[in-house]
Amino acid sequence: MLLAVFSDIHGNRQAFEACLKVARAKGAERFVLLGDFVGYGADPEWVVDTAMELVAQGAIAVRGNHDQAVNSSAETMNAEAQVAIEWTRGRLDTSQRRFLSDLPMLVEDSDRLFVHSEASSPQRWHYVRSTVDAAKSLIATPAHVTFCGHIHRPALYSMSVTAKMTSFTPKTDVPVQLLRGRQWLAVMGSVGQPRDGDPSAAFVLFDTESCQITYCRAPYDIATAAGRIRDNGLPHWLADRLSQGR
Amino acid sequence: MPKSLVKSGAVIDGYTIGECVHAGGMATLWTVTHPGLDVPLLMKIPRVSEGEDPAAIVSFEMEMMILPRLAGPHVPTCFGTGDFAHQAYVVIERISGTTLYKRLPDLPLPYDEARQLVARIATALADLHRQNVIHHDIKPSSIMFRESGEAVLIDYGLSHHNHLPDLLQEEFRLPYGTAPYMAPERLSGVRDDPRSDLFSLGVLLYFFTTGERPFGEGETLRAMRRRLWRDPHPPRSLRADYPPWLQEIVLRCLEIEPVWRYPTASQLAFDLAHPDQVKLTKRAERLKRDPLSVAWRRRFNLGVMAPRAKSDVAAQIASSPILAVALDTVEGAAELNEALRVTTERILATLPSARLACVNVLKLNRIAIDRTLDEQGSNKHIDRLVALRHWATPLKLDESRLSVHVLEAVDPAAALLEFAEVNQVDHVIIGARQSSFRRTLLGSVSAKVASEASCTVTVVRPPRMAGDVGDAGAEEAAG
Repeated sequence: MLLAVFSDIHGNRQAFEACLKVARAKGAERFVLLGDFVGYGADPEWVVDTAMELVAQGAIAVRGNHDQAVNSSAETMNAEAQVAIEWTRGRLDTSQRRFLSDLPMLVEDSDRLFVHSEASSPQRWHYVRSTVDAAKSLIATPAHVTFCGHIHRPALYSMSVTAKMTSFTPKTDVPVQLLRGRQWLAVMGSVGQPRDGDPSAAFVLFDTESCQITYCRAPYDIATAAGRIRDNGLPHWLADRLSQGR
Repeated sequence: MPKSLVKSGAVIDGYTIGECVHAGGMATLWTVTHPGLDVPLLMKIPRVSEGEDPAAIVSFEMEMMILPRLAGPHVPTCFGTGDFAHQAYVVIERISGTTLYKRLPDLPLPYDEARQLVARIATALADLHRQNVIHHDIKPSSIMFRESGEAVLIDYGLSHHNHLPDLLQEEFRLPYGTAPYMAPERLSGVRDDPRSDLFSLGVLLYFFTTGERPFGEGETLRAMRRRLWRDPHPPRSLRADYPPWLQEIVLRCLEIEPVWRYPTASQLAFDLAHPDQVKLTKRAERLKRDPLSVAWRRRFNLGVMAPRAKSDVAAQIASSPILAVALDTVEGAAELNEALRVTTERILATLPSARLACVNVLKLNRIAIDRTLDEQGSNKHIDRLVALRHWATPLKLDESRLSVHVLEAVDPAAALLEFAEVNQVDHVIIGARQSSFRRTLLGSVSAKVASEASCTVTVVRPPRMAGDVGDAGAEEAAG
């Protein structure tokens, strides 16, 4: 089965639509949503409604720190993220907020694990920045492949049976076979706010039979997404950074 | 991990196991058959039982990732792989014959035989590098030849694929590979520079032409580290008749700093194919190693092997193409030749490691017997070589980046196409015939080259003038 994995959509309707279209065209059969549906972008309602529909049709979804912050003021965030989250809170209705608060922290599916930040302590929202961080997450789970997001920069780590680590910056559209002999941590880029220098929306396809992972990019209408952020009075930097991919 | 299921007669994923043809330290090789596949097949199976070297597993994982992605005549075709979850294996075509290792008793080889042999290996390496793979274990036992002549590179257990995770990057504390052939930068953990393979091929060329390994056979780290500061004995000090061009090529491959080696395997293959065009430098003349003072400076002044940026195989190749400019030096219009020079200069400006081959076709008559001498009795071939060099002078190219060639042929377009193919030319620059009666009559050489070449072709015309209807002079071979 071909999975399409999306992370860190952040209320960016144009980016999410573009990714869904490309993923469907490439034959994706099941969707996985790795959290942070809202925050930063100007279309949280549409994104959450779409996520609810996809989940009703069998998609897997987990909770991100921004999704949690909508329902709890205990989450600490930087100033711009805080402004965006307070704005978002006023836009979502009760059922949308409940959908976000009811999301699980992680989902295990066969020998795969889906989590927003990493597997060792998901509720603490640690970033995977290095092989050391990746090793902590991999040691915490027996899963063959862990999928996570949160850092908005694609990466692929592995750990051998002798606990040796490898790190790799994936090439777009080049399938990589995730060999059975080791454990893998696949870090997604972001759909709605890429930060790896490439402004196009990032997602991943994973073939569960061949164990091949392909990092994909979808170009989208950045001008509209950025315009909606400005028109709604959100911090301008949140609009500007979209075209820079950082 | 499950116990190995492999024995003669067993069937794994539809492959029937035949006999064991090789049992090495890391893996065993078995002949296999499969209904529907009527080529000779080999199954390679890693040694993974308790107490075996974990390197065997990691190397095998690399082969499982890389082999299915390779294509072309210079690699063994891969038919299937099996996972460590059940029985790890790769099935590849069985290439008949033996590896180059069998030639060791014949060393040293005659210079020209070694030149042709290594040229074929360099061509294979160029093809591998174009597929984003660095071999990292170039040595006689990794090289075979097809009956059709092409070199085939085998064993990808230590290789690096620029588009795949490098499973060996942190696996070993010490550099892993075959010590006598290992490039110095490998000792500091560099695994992404394709020029490491050119160093290994230089070791092989040195060994095959002198009978001695340039850095001995030492396997210890101490012995390997010496090559970071101590240069090998120049081949001419071992064999008095060693050709200077060959020493130039060998010592350039063996440069300590990758940046002083050939930028690409294609450029090395080019020099091996045209020994008369090799630009001789001080390397060619040397009879002794660097004085100890220089070696000691290298050893203790560690400017050598300075930290370097991560390199990208494809970018390295793309920045070092072989360009060929087709010129008509005899009847070509001055303005077309000038336009060709301007275009060539612009292309070269962005590519500091590119090399340029200036090519002219001496058109032969289909029927009459051609004379080498013209009416005035001067040698046409040499005249044209001189004219090509003259054309290239304003480009101010270092001579090691420039070569000139006069091809003799009845069909200029076919000759240019063959030259581009044989020499792995990446980009042909050619002038177009202007609209003229002769083009209508003879057809356009540039059109044929542009449509049939397997590389990029730039067709150049002189700047357009108001009311210009073309210049019938801009024709002949380059047109």
